[in-house]
Amino acid sequence: MASPLIQLNGIERTFHMGEIDVHVLKGITLTINQGELVALVGSSGSGKTTLMNILGCLDRPSKGEYRLDGEEISRLSNDGRALVRNRKMGFVFQNFNLLPRTSALEQVIMPLSYTASGMSDRQARERGKELLRKVGLGERMDHTPSQLSGGQQQRVAIARALVNRPPVLFADEPTGNLDSKTTQEVLKMFQDLNRDEGITIILVTHDPVVAATAKRNIRLKDGLLESDFIVESPSLPQEAHA
Amino acid sequence: MTVSTILKTALRALRRNITRSLLTVLGIVIGIAAVIAMMEIGKGSSSSISKTISSMGANNLMIMPGTASSGGVSFGAGSSLTMTAEDAEAIKRDCPAVGRVAPVVRARTQVVFEERNWVPSFIYGSTPEYLQVREWGNLVEGEMFTDVDVRTSARLCVVGQTIVKQLFGGMSPVGKEIRIQSVAFKVIGVLSSKGANAFGMDQDDVILAPWTTIKYRVTGSSGSGAAAGGNAAASSTTNSVYPGASAIFPVPAANKEPTPVRFANIDQIQASATSPAQIKEAIKQITEVLRERHRLRPGEPDDFSIRDMTESANALASTTNMMTNLLLAVALISLIVGGVGIMNIMLVSVTERTREIGLRMAVGARARDILTQFLTEATILCLIGGIVGLLLGRGSAMLVEKFLRWPVEASMEAVIASIATSAVVGIVFGFYPAWKASRLDPIEALRYE
Ligand SMILES: Nc1ncnc2c1ncn2[C@@H]1O[C@H](COP(=O)(O)OP(=O)(O)O)[C@@H](O)[C@H]1O
Ligand SMILES: [Mg+2]
Repeated sequence: MASPLIQLNGIERTFHMGEIDVHVLKGITLTINQGELVALVGSSGSGKTTLMNILGCLDRPSKGEYRLDGEEISRLSNDGRALVRNRKMGFVFQNFNLLPRTSALEQVIMPLSYTASGMSDRQARERGKELLRKVGLGERMDHTPSQLSGGQQQRVAIARALVNRPPVLFADEPTGNLDSKTTQEVLKMFQDLNRDEGITIILVTHDPVVAATAKRNIRLKDGLLESDFIVESPSLPQEAHA
Repeated sequence: MTVSTILKTALRALRRNITRSLLTVLGIVIGIAAVIAMMEIGKGSSSSISKTISSMGANNLMIMPGTASSGGVSFGAGSSLTMTAEDAEAIKRDCPAVGRVAPVVRARTQVVFEERNWVPSFIYGSTPEYLQVREWGNLVEGEMFTDVDVRTSARLCVVGQTIVKQLFGGMSPVGKEIRIQSVAFKVIGVLSSKGANAFGMDQDDVILAPWTTIKYRVTGSSGSGAAAGGNAAASSTTNSVYPGASAIFPVPAANKEPTPVRFANIDQIQASATSPAQIKEAIKQITEVLRERHRLRPGEPDDFSIRDMTESANALASTTNMMTNLLLAVALISLIVGGVGIMNIMLVSVTERTREIGLRMAVGARARDILTQFLTEATILCLIGGIVGLLLGRGSAMLVEKFLRWPVEASMEAVIASIATSAVVGIVFGFYPAWKASRLDPIEALRYE
């Protein structure tokens, strides 16, 4: 259970803006084990999203090492990183990022088209339906985003993130666009997925109430780790707003 | 990505914006439709021209008195109409490249049957061989006059289909008697239909008779108003415009009698080369024979001119070709314009779908997957446009055929070419937008508003 999934060693990220170099991450070293539910917190501009992009293999660190499952991936090519994202990672975004005028089922199975799994069309649809049922949208498979509420849209996005059975799920401010009730629904879903399926979840939030539902909180400040602690008894989402 | 996923993804994306997809593709539709219609019309008219040409006799040579420079009929001092029936015989005898030869005497006058009258486009006096020269095939009814009839100036004739219609109201004319310039002729045969020639003249509006009969009994007979100047009418209608000119051609008294066939002036000689490839050789041999017979010294210009059908055929064909190519160029330009339209809309689409591209990259799409997707979308759009354009082009060609009565001809090459063209337009003009899409940075793209 406690085998390291993610190992960061001295991660730095510098953006070059013309003449000026902006040092956003100034040396991050941390380890995240399989099955953790981590909240990445910190004030706005502290570098959470930047770190998340590196963790999610969307961006490369300027310096430092990143091992995923023991494999050094920070020097991979674009195509290599696309493959890692496809096989090992799921993404949930603040703004859902669903395709317009596309049914929930099509959204969910979309990542499979970039997977050389040999899964047949029918198998893919079965997998999509199964996931939509799991996120409670069994009745809304044919609905397009405009026919779904915000919470439902985010649940479609979660189903999509899970379609390739990734070991780790990244969520950047997943509840930022949701009201408190649907926020709780989504957080509950993360807790369930983490507990029942052992999926490692790393979510970015600036909301302490959301952070309190995670098992571990990592706080960033000005591109450095400020604190890293285990939450003794993570609150259940219902309680958080009770 | 498998091919079927690529196609499905592309089709789904196009369906998401169906109106725009259709509007985008309109340029291609119009371009391809124009190309198809042009090619079908062009092909139709060129094959109808070649059909017409061969109906006029593809190997045909026309030998006319007078220098070529003066258009075949010369009235200059000292010149005279020097073509004789004996020239025709000499050509037949001494030119191996020449197959058939027929002397021709022309007349243009009114023809009367009972109370009907008609002025045929062609009243030709010739020999039976005329039919072979013109590749006229078999008579549909009755029979042709014979060489004996030519020798005896028999008052017999065969008529074309238009004459049957105009003069006989469609009933069989065989055995009937018609009057050409008050000379009674017995109709003994009906020619098969040949249609219009390359110049639009009705080749069936014709009466054929022994040339001796036309020469001595019709155009040579005096007393009739139209031919008051002796053989004026014989040497083409031009002569009757200048009545004075007829004095140059004194009619020998003997000409009124049928007997001396030789040394009689004729209007032209029609001959056919043994094969189209022999036309040049035939012209050379005829020129030699006639120059010798007419005792022309070296350096002296020919007193005759030889025209072959390929000349007029080529002239017509090149005009049609030029028109077709011109229109084809316009059609191709419209295809390019259509392609630019595709490129424009695909660029807009890439910008609009930046977030989608970012998302696809985030879930594992590689740059080349994105490139393939947009390239496929553009190509499918163009192919659909090509197919719709194909049908539209076919349809308009058929309408042109139905209402304008232009000959059209469907062409497999055009179909293949237009499908290939539309695919190429899709790939060429879809490439830049697709390449741009594939080069997006996923983080930037996901953040795009
Ligand atoms: N692509 C970039 N180019 C330049 N500066 C950037 C870029 N991305 C982020 N930054 C800067 O890095 C800092 C941290 O940004 P971010 O990681 O988005 O913070 P957070 O998500 O914690 O609010 C900010 O000051 C931001 O302006
Ligand atoms: Mg952020």
